[in-house]
Amino acid sequence: MTVTDEVPTSHAGGAADTAGARVVAALSDDLDGGFAVLYEAYRGAVFSTALRLCGRWAEAEDLSAEAFLRAYRALCGYGPERIEALRPRAWLLTILANVWRNSLRSASRRPQAGPIEEAPDPPDPGEGVEDAAARRETGRELAALLARLPHDQRAAVVLRHVTDLPVAEIAAVLGMPEGTVKSHISRGLARLRVLRGAGRPGEEQKGGVR
Amino acid sequence: MTTDERGAAGPPAGDAADGLAAELAGLGADAPAGLLDRIAARRVHVPGPLPGPHADVQVAFTDHGVAYLRAGMDEAEFAAAFRARFARPLLPAAAPPAGLVPALRTGRPGGLRLDLRGLGEFEAAVLRAAARIPRGQVRPYAWVARMAGRPRAVRAVGSALGRNPVPLLIPCHRVTRSDGTLGEYVFGAEAKERLLRAEDVDVDGVAELARRGVRLVGSDTTGIVCYPTCGDARRITPAHRRGFGDLAAALAAGYRPCLRCRPGDSRPA
Repeated sequence: MTVTDEVPTSHAGGAADTAGARVVAALSDDLDGGFAVLYEAYRGAVFSTALRLCGRWAEAEDLSAEAFLRAYRALCGYGPERIEALRPRAWLLTILANVWRNSLRSASRRPQAGPIEEAPDPPDPGEGVEDAAARRETGRELAALLARLPHDQRAAVVLRHVTDLPVAEIAAVLGMPEGTVKSHISRGLARLRVLRGAGRPGEEQKGGVR
Repeated sequence: MTTDERGAAGPPAGDAADGLAAELAGLGADAPAGLLDRIAARRVHVPGPLPGPHADVQVAFTDHGVAYLRAGMDEAEFAAAFRARFARPLLPAAAPPAGLVPALRTGRPGGLRLDLRGLGEFEAAVLRAAARIPRGQVRPYAWVARMAGRPRAVRAVGSALGRNPVPLLIPCHRVTRSDGTLGEYVFGAEAKERLLRAEDVDVDGVAELARRGVRLVGSDTTGIVCYPTCGDARRITPAHRRGFGDLAAALAAGYRPCLRCRPGDSRPA
């Protein structure tokens, strides 16, 4: 994942899509070669977002693969002007968000699987040693709490604080006004604090970043 | 992990109190190594068994196996054909998948995996049937139709074989017309004949038998009847060789069909 040192001007935060122009140029030149550049630039953003939206490693792989494949298929039908005008990161994460929403819809049609926030942190029987280690490593507790947020709040918080997107870009990705995004973020964070407080009464914040 | 790069940049001031934002920033994870191969196919050039314009073979393969093979196309043409059919990104591969080059050299697939996802049920059944024809032998279109479970769909077998995504690896060139002519082929009739001769199929002998109305050959010592190119049929000495126009005639003469090449009725049941 590329993280540049040049912090964007807005103090509200969120890294700009610094790879965007390079990705668009590569896509304009050649769709397949351009796709490789697109994948390298955004694989971390897409996978991190998918992982923290759905909460399960294997499902995050499915969602990410599906999103990238849909993106490629859409690109196949785009003319040069449409590719030139693309803001690739926002566009790609919009596809991912839609893939995720569709997966929620089809999951809710399956009778045995209830909404994910009513089943906090279910142990995934298919989770391998590697996955389990990765989960512990990356703050399993907080990740599980994210899964208990309502969908819109979860999406806004993940895109803002895990994926590190500016609010304007999140608004584009989720198709809602910036004000709504900000309110989802602050309510989401507030709810996370409440949930965390309830989870470990009296315990101080463990020191530092892992 | 890349977690602390962003954490070190410091969370926005409002969230500093409990570090929640920094902790969330640490929840990023890089994509697993195998993810790209679930999305994109890989392409390679490999030497093929045909001479001249078809000598260069291009192959596209996924994490499930070889998905597409074409000979004699330039790279742009191959990419366009692959995209039209599979709508999947196609990236260069460092090396061909294990087993591909020997499979093309020997005409035997060995353990080479094929990715036949996306094919219709009938198409897949046709290709699985064609894949069972051994090197050096041929079967009629009607045989493939029977093996694919739809004995009347002989013409549809022709179309399905014409769309074979992996010719040479699934040897659709070993499916020929029961009148003794070779029929069509994705790389042209001339290439089909060349491939069969290179596998030591007695193309002229089969055509000559067909001209005389002989489509099956039996041994009067074993009482078994075969397609002429079946390994067992080729071992019958001329003195004991009996020709039949179809299976009904052979059955009437007291012969039973070979269990290896499984000759069937030339007329669909």
